[in-house]
Amino acid sequence: MNVNGRAVTADVEPRTLLVHFLRDDLGLTGTHIGCETSYCGACTVIVDGRTAKSCTMLAVQADGAEITTIEGLAADGELHPVQEGFWERHGLQCGYCTPGMIMSAVGLLSENPDPSEDEIRHGIEGNICRCTGYHNIVRAIEYAAAKMRGEEPAPAEWETQEVTA
Amino acid sequence: MFPRSFEYVAPADLAEAAEALASAEFAKVMSGGMSLIPMMKLRLLSPDLVVDIGKIRGLDQIEDRGDAIAIGALVRHAQTAASDAVPAALRTAAAWTGDTQVRNRGTTVGSVAHADIAADQPAAVLALGATMVARSASGTREIPADEFFVDALTTALEPGEILAEIRIPKAGGGSAYEKLGRRGGHTDYAVAGAAAWVQRSNGSISDCRVALTGVGTKPTLAEGVAEALIGTDGSASAVEAAAARATEGVTLLEDLYGSEEYKAHLAKVMTARALTQAIANA
Ligand SMILES: Cc1cc2nc3c(=O)[nH]c(=O)nc-3n(C[C@H](O)[C@H](O)[C@H](O)COP(=O)(O)OP(=O)(O)OC[C@H]3O[C@@H](n4cnc5c(N)ncnc54)[C@H](O)[C@@H]3O)c2cc1C
Ligand code: FES
Ligand code: FES
Repeated sequence: MNVNGRAVTADVEPRTLLVHFLRDDLGLTGTHIGCETSYCGACTVIVDGRTAKSCTMLAVQADGAEITTIEGLAADGELHPVQEGFWERHGLQCGYCTPGMIMSAVGLLSENPDPSEDEIRHGIEGNICRCTGYHNIVRAIEYAAAKMRGEEPAPAEWETQEVTA
Repeated sequence: MFPRSFEYVAPADLAEAAEALASAEFAKVMSGGMSLIPMMKLRLLSPDLVVDIGKIRGLDQIEDRGDAIAIGALVRHAQTAASDAVPAALRTAAAWTGDTQVRNRGTTVGSVAHADIAADQPAAVLALGATMVARSASGTREIPADEFFVDALTTALEPGEILAEIRIPKAGGGSAYEKLGRRGGHTDYAVAGAAAWVQRSNGSISDCRVALTGVGTKPTLAEGVAEALIGTDGSASAVEAAAARATEGVTLLEDLYGSEEYKAHLAKVMTARALTQAIANA
């Protein structure tokens, strides 16, 4: 298979899960394991252009596939627009869900470059965050969507909202 | 968490897959793996051999065959959900199956073969009067949808058979799917769901099929509803009266998500909504 642009070849037991192969064999520990039961999305990676939960895929199923993990997003020291969005709009707290959330956002934006708030919330249905309440994650994805369309992202809410005591 | 050890093959065509399937004591077909892998990780299922049909070319097509729409074994939920050729009931059921990642890998045919008691697409194919095309080392066999679902996680497929495609007759009319998901709205498996198909002629309902999911041990045709609706004008009051018969002859099963009484109530509500939408689509 090809992982983040690098060809990798290995012999694995059929029961090896893709997430374990990525983390333990390739040392790509950016992909997290949360629930291990296919629900939380922390393990999300992109397989042949589409998001997949790598805890629910055998490494052998990915034979010959193109895989992108969180480590493969930044190029030449520049953050990917979605990573930048999470940074600029405070899209994380503990960060556990973040790699999977970012990969889902990348997958969503590749299919729908101008999603509505509702489409964003549905698009990340397969990713659970225990910290943020999702609000800033949605703003982060909106920021990235604007950037990727070549537009200026809307200013952050904390810059525009008046605080009244 | 990972499965017990097993042998794995990824055949290049269906004939080879059928042969492999017949070669082991306990072999399982894998298509999207979205139900099989979780079950193997929980060790609810430990096959000796997994036959991964995921590398077989040509199975990922939705084809118009003139009198039927054929859905190949590797058509993913996302593909079914996005296809205009697929009737609304199945398109909607696919769009409301799981989440984005699940829809990217799980297959319509796999969901039907798996036959979870609360799955979405089995109800839709049942209401649409589909035909299942099973392939084994000894040939091909067609099974009508209303004989296919036997019990919870149990279908008419024999151990050596692969569900190669599902054919949906191009019967015209209109269809729709409605559900309440376990996480609210349309998300996750159905607490209760109903798929409806209706045919109109000369201002009245000439044919109808409604299938329920989530309320019993298998997707089930609500025959009383069809009987009550056929011959009426399909008005709101006719739909209401027909939907009241939704659970007639259906064995209700309570689960973590609702009592028998609640399921019976939801079955009627979902039936009425699905019928109303199907009539509007007809
Ligand atoms: C997080 C999560 C949420 C989900 N939510 C929903 C939901 O809301 N609604 C819903 O309906 N489903 C839901 N599912 C299940 C999902 O739809 C699965 O994709 C589907 O049930 C199985 O399809 P698959 O292609 O992944 O099959 P697999 O997992 O590969 O196989 C499932 C079973 O069917 C058999 N099988 C598969 N294909 C064939 C074939 N061609 N011939 C013979 N046997 C076959 C396998 O041997 C196995 O026993 C969810 C799954 C997950 C992980
Ligand atoms: S670890 Fe894969 S979905 Fe939670
Ligand atoms: S930031 Fe903690 S789980 Fe999402």
